[in-house]
Amino acid sequence: MTEEIITTTAERRELISFRVGEQEYCVDIMAVREIRGWSPATTLPQSPGYMRGVINLRGAVLPIMDLACRLGMPVIEPTVRSVFIVVKAGDRMIGMLVDAVSDILSITDDLVQPTPDLACDTVRSFIRGIISIDGRMISEISLDRLLPEREALAA
Amino acid sequence: MDELEAIKVTFFQECEELLADLEGGLLAMQDGNDDGDTVNAVFRAVHSIKGGAGAFGLEPLVRFAHVFETLLDAVRSNEVPATPDLVVTLLRASDVLADHVSSARGLGVVDEAVSAAMAAELKACTDPNAAPAPVAAAPVVEAFEAAPVAAPADALIGADDALDDDDLGFDFQPMTITIDEQAADVAAAVGNVWTVSIRPKSDLYRKANETALLLRELARLGPIEATLDASAIPPLDQLDAEAAYATWTVRLETEEDETAIREVFEFVDGDCDLEITRGEGLAPDAALAALLAGDAPAPAVVEAAPEPVVLAEAPVVVETAPVAAAPVVETAPAPVAAPAPAPAPVAAAPAAAAKTQQIDVPGPGQSVIRVDPERIDRLIDLVGELVINQAMLAQRVGEYGIAPSSNLAMGLDELEQLTREIQDSVMAIRAQPVKSVFQRMPRLVREVASMTGKQARLVMDGENTEVDKTVIERLSDPITHMLRNAIDHGLESPEERKAAGKNPEGVVRLAALHRSGRIVIEVSDDGKGINRERVHSIAIKKGLISPELQLTDEEIDNLIFLPGFSTADKISDVSGRGVGMDVVKRSVQALGGRISITSRPGQGSTFTLSLPLTLAVLDGMVVDVAGETLVVPLAAIVESLRPKPEEVRPLGPVGSVLAVRDSFVPLIDVGLTLGYREASPPPTEGVVLLVEGEDGSRAALVADAIHGQRQVVIKSLEQNYQQVDGVAAATILGDGRVALILDVDAVISLRRREPPRPVEPTLIAAE
Amino acid sequence: MTRTVLTVDDSRTMRDMLRMALAGAGFNVVEAVDGEHGLEVLSAHRPDVIITDINMPKLDGFGFIEAVRVDDDYRAIPILVLTTESDPAKKDRARRAGATGWIVKPFNPEKLVDAIRRVAA
Repeated sequence: MTEEIITTTAERRELISFRVGEQEYCVDIMAVREIRGWSPATTLPQSPGYMRGVINLRGAVLPIMDLACRLGMPVIEPTVRSVFIVVKAGDRMIGMLVDAVSDILSITDDLVQPTPDLACDTVRSFIRGIISIDGRMISEISLDRLLPEREALAA
Repeated sequence: MDELEAIKVTFFQECEELLADLEGGLLAMQDGNDDGDTVNAVFRAVHSIKGGAGAFGLEPLVRFAHVFETLLDAVRSNEVPATPDLVVTLLRASDVLADHVSSARGLGVVDEAVSAAMAAELKACTDPNAAPAPVAAAPVVEAFEAAPVAAPADALIGADDALDDDDLGFDFQPMTITIDEQAADVAAAVGNVWTVSIRPKSDLYRKANETALLLRELARLGPIEATLDASAIPPLDQLDAEAAYATWTVRLETEEDETAIREVFEFVDGDCDLEITRGEGLAPDAALAALLAGDAPAPAVVEAAPEPVVLAEAPVVVETAPVAAAPVVETAPAPVAAPAPAPAPVAAAPAAAAKTQQIDVPGPGQSVIRVDPERIDRLIDLVGELVINQAMLAQRVGEYGIAPSSNLAMGLDELEQLTREIQDSVMAIRAQPVKSVFQRMPRLVREVASMTGKQARLVMDGENTEVDKTVIERLSDPITHMLRNAIDHGLESPEERKAAGKNPEGVVRLAALHRSGRIVIEVSDDGKGINRERVHSIAIKKGLISPELQLTDEEIDNLIFLPGFSTADKISDVSGRGVGMDVVKRSVQALGGRISITSRPGQGSTFTLSLPLTLAVLDGMVVDVAGETLVVPLAAIVESLRPKPEEVRPLGPVGSVLAVRDSFVPLIDVGLTLGYREASPPPTEGVVLLVEGEDGSRAALVADAIHGQRQVVIKSLEQNYQQVDGVAAATILGDGRVALILDVDAVISLRRREPPRPVEPTLIAAE
Repeated sequence: MTRTVLTVDDSRTMRDMLRMALAGAGFNVVEAVDGEHGLEVLSAHRPDVIITDINMPKLDGFGFIEAVRVDDDYRAIPILVLTTESDPAKKDRARRAGATGWIVKPFNPEKLVDAIRRVAA
């Protein structure tokens, strides 16, 4: 999986990087629809802990995911600096709650390294690869894995 | 190919409409309204289905439609009388045709035996054992009834006009046209050279054919050289404008055979004398020239004469000969025509003009705009946003304490009104008449009646009542059930009816109307009505109600909606198989609707079904639960109340029930069930919503506070997330926040799943 | 110059089929749903060729053709009728009404375009 990414052409891509706790992550800018300040969400019953609930995004019901919690870290306590990044994952739109947006990176795929083995399986499945820039370590999120399968939770 | 597939979709849509027209027309004929228009419309419906089916190569459909059409053609030409029996046969045939359409569409299979038997029956009806001779002539004669008005004077005027008309398509000067330079090359082999002699008759031009075009077509086959012999043209004062005097002789050099050359003249078959000979010919034909030499040529003579050169089969030539002189002839006995050749059927002109003026309404094709339904859905969504936004704005302004008389507040009021109007108008775009559902019902009634041995006539009313598309699609099942029930359980057998002094044929009425912002569907019958005594005793016997319960007539009637209730003595083919009125009630409630029945012994019953006009909005009760705002569908709520301490009774270790009059209903804390809180506050501190689930079971939902009723725009949770247990959908409230719409049934069953299971009270049906 | 063809047919399917075939061959297509409507569209669009069905409500194909032929402005417009193989009598009657030529249903697009070429000036 990750090997394939490394061998693909060295096309330039832009990524938005953000902070979750003390760690840095990023997503492809093409998947990002907008970035919004935190607003309280309506709690969803019978949902996993990382689902913060749903908010009204210009008339659409947008699920908000606590990215830290999804990655197995402590729940984010939203502050004024907290934002959610609205991304398109498959045919769904979700908001990822993160601590702060850092910057926009322009990279080529040869900068992406495979996720090291030591990471736990859950985390590995959400991470496309790791980018090393200026001594920073930034993990690229694999969006299509973030939301649970539609059927999985309904049962 | 995609385009063809799209047309195929159109075709099947059109088939639905045509089948409805067909059935509607046949039913009108059954009611004695068999004027010519109705029969023609019925014929056209089948004809159009056949035509489209032919285009898509749907052979079995074409074959059946053809047999059907043939009979209908005979009916419309009065060859076969439209007796009541025949109309019944035609109705059955329309059902088989509908099956063929479904089958062609890949929905279901045609019973070949039924189809073959039906086709045989139709053929037998068509076969004119009486009067075989006039058959062929009949349609032609009949269809011309409007025409014989042609007055000679009009015809003469027409002839004068024609003299000034130089638009006859040929030139009077003898001349040679060389269309291809190559034609000069006479070195071509004789085997490839043809001589084509063309002598156009006036009819050729009257039909907007052109000699020049024929020559052009010939030139496509190879180089041509055309010569016009105008020697037969009389002096101008003797000239008959519509007669033909000129002969073209064309030398054609081509690799093609004679068939290809003849094909060029396919459309002018009979409208010109044609001679095709191999090799260099002599022009003009000597025999023809001799015939033309006489003065004042009579068309009939000329056309009849040169037999060998006439392209058409003889009978046609004879028939068209007098017509050539004056088209009006068609409308009158043939001999009249000769003296006054008219260029066109003058008599028809004023009539046609009058007709044209009558139509000031644009034709159906002009007034209809076809729009992708997705665009409309999007528009409806956007207007939903607008409504929410406007509500948010109003709420904010209210929070700022702005006086209602201020300009701002008044402007907001106007905005609200406009917004509502826009919403109504937009919803109206997606509204459709219930006709599409109603039109499937006559067949159902026929089938159910024949299956149960009842005689039933369906009367429909309010077919044009409009309702949102989302609702229309879900009306079919409840209506089907109600109609089945009305015929199977409501109507008596013909014998019973006769004995009761009623018409053996029962009447079932299906009506749609708008009432206070909802659509109401009524299904009534003139049958025996509900046997209350029996219904009551069955309900007790089956443990659906307690024997002590005092019930009004109305309450007894509505017991039939309880699950597990079935009044039929034996399970019939129609209403049996466990599909009872409880199922109907459930599906109706799922749509936010209500259903009830009223009955008068001996006179019949009426089912009344009311539904919201749209599934895009919902009437709900806004409540607070554990700090969350929820919307409970109003359709599920029986009543709301503040429980008194003595009405709450503990049952088992954690459960408790609420005493509502003389029954006990389980208390369900919504906050606990949805996982919003760990422990329930005492129910007496909150508000109870007495709700009824789709299966008729009742529950008392405990909420913290009630904010009142409102209409909310339904939003999907699944679009961006997934289905959530206990939640039907979401909406956006005036404060801009998302509120969840409670799925009452799911909440009841979620609660049930949790041990310890509360004891079922007596009112709730055993599963 | 793009030629305009007026198609007159009460069947939407048939109108769509004609439109597909004709538009594909580069014709400009205007449509009418019956004879009466056809006469209205005729005056608004002045087609180069007319293709008409026979069985139609309000004003059928025969009546439509007659009404077109009676008008000096339109009598030179070629009219092709849509017929079925099974009914030569209809074809003859349409011709007597003034039809220029005919197309047998179901038609193939080449035959259709060929027929138009043969009658269109």
